Amino acid sequence: MDLFKPFRNKNNSKNVAKERLQLLLVHERSDISPKFLELMKEEILNVISNYVDIDKEGLDVEITREKKDNDTYVPALRANIPIKKMKQKIR
Amino acid sequence: MGEVIVITSGKGGVGKTTTTANLGTYIAMKGFKAVLIDTDIGLRNLDVIMGLENRIVYDIVDVVEGQCRLKQALIKDKRFEGLYLLPAAQTRDKTAVNPEQMQKVTEELKKEFDYVLIDCPAGIEQGFKNAIAGAEKALVVTTPEVSAVRDADRIIGLLEASEINNPMLVINRIKMDMVKRGDMMNIEDIMDILAIDLIGVIPDDENIVISTNKGEPIVTDDKSLASQAYRNLTARLLGEDVPLINLDTNKGFIDKLKNLFKMASNR
Repeated sequence: MDLFKPFRNKNNSKNVAKERLQLLLVHERSDISPKFLELMKEEILNVISNYVDIDKEGLDVEITREKKDNDTYVPALRANIPIKKMKQKIR
Repeated sequence: MGEVIVITSGKGGVGKTTTTANLGTYIAMKGFKAVLIDTDIGLRNLDVIMGLENRIVYDIVDVVEGQCRLKQALIKDKRFEGLYLLPAAQTRDKTAVNPEQMQKVTEELKKEFDYVLIDCPAGIEQGFKNAIAGAEKALVVTTPEVSAVRDADRIIGLLEASEINNPMLVINRIKMDMVKRGDMMNIEDIMDILAIDLIGVIPDDENIVISTNKGEPIVTDDKSLASQAYRNLTARLLGEDVPLINLDTNKGFIDKLKNLFKMASNR
């Protein structure tokens, strides 16, 4: 029994270590280099720019983990693309 | 026909050689025949951990180059019947042996021994490729640190790519007081990340340093916690069903408080 557990800081160093490792290994296992990610980002940007004006500064593309129903994690590509405005002409 | 098992890690200094020495020694103590192969050519160390450094005449490079017969290069342990060491060369480098030659050596040894244990060098270069060439099973050693676990993950990937499937995990040098404080990853954390079967957990124990100083693997001394942990690990490898021991010998805060009260009331 550990009475003090609930009061412990969630950010103790073992949790930091675990989180860092999990993210790191998602990248390493999927074998996606930062360079490859950058290329992919460019491409996504080009496609989407045809339809909407996007805020290139605020663009954020990363490989992360997504929890599935059965409590396992799978790598996921997460893109956060802030839209300035829709391009009216094409619509 | 014996079984060929490689003990590997990725990161250096996590305890591959110590694990190999203790595993082999306890296998021999249990009455099986075991041979330990040091594949860290140029930087051998298994000989000193085993306390056999003064008896080396020939080494594995002499064997593959045909300078001597395999039997001549095997050093018999002075304490245990059926325990032998095939040392690495000290004055050569990893390129002196290739995977085919390594495989030939292990094939030969399998006929004579129940267990052929291969101590792998750190890294993923030629030395690693040599060490896994003849292996059927693998033990991956890690400590509860970010760098060691990361490298272990990489090694697991490489083992599977080489079709050495289902490697088993050894968590070495765990400090239970740090785990308790939340300052060291625990067994579950590491297993979550690496997702392979656990075969043993070895506590950080200063008796390991003492046994290494003496050149006597710690399993030969039955008192320490690390010794018990290594014995259990070995037993599991031999197919016995042994639960994990409670590594938590340090009393917790509450226990200390209780003791304090006891002391006060006894006055």
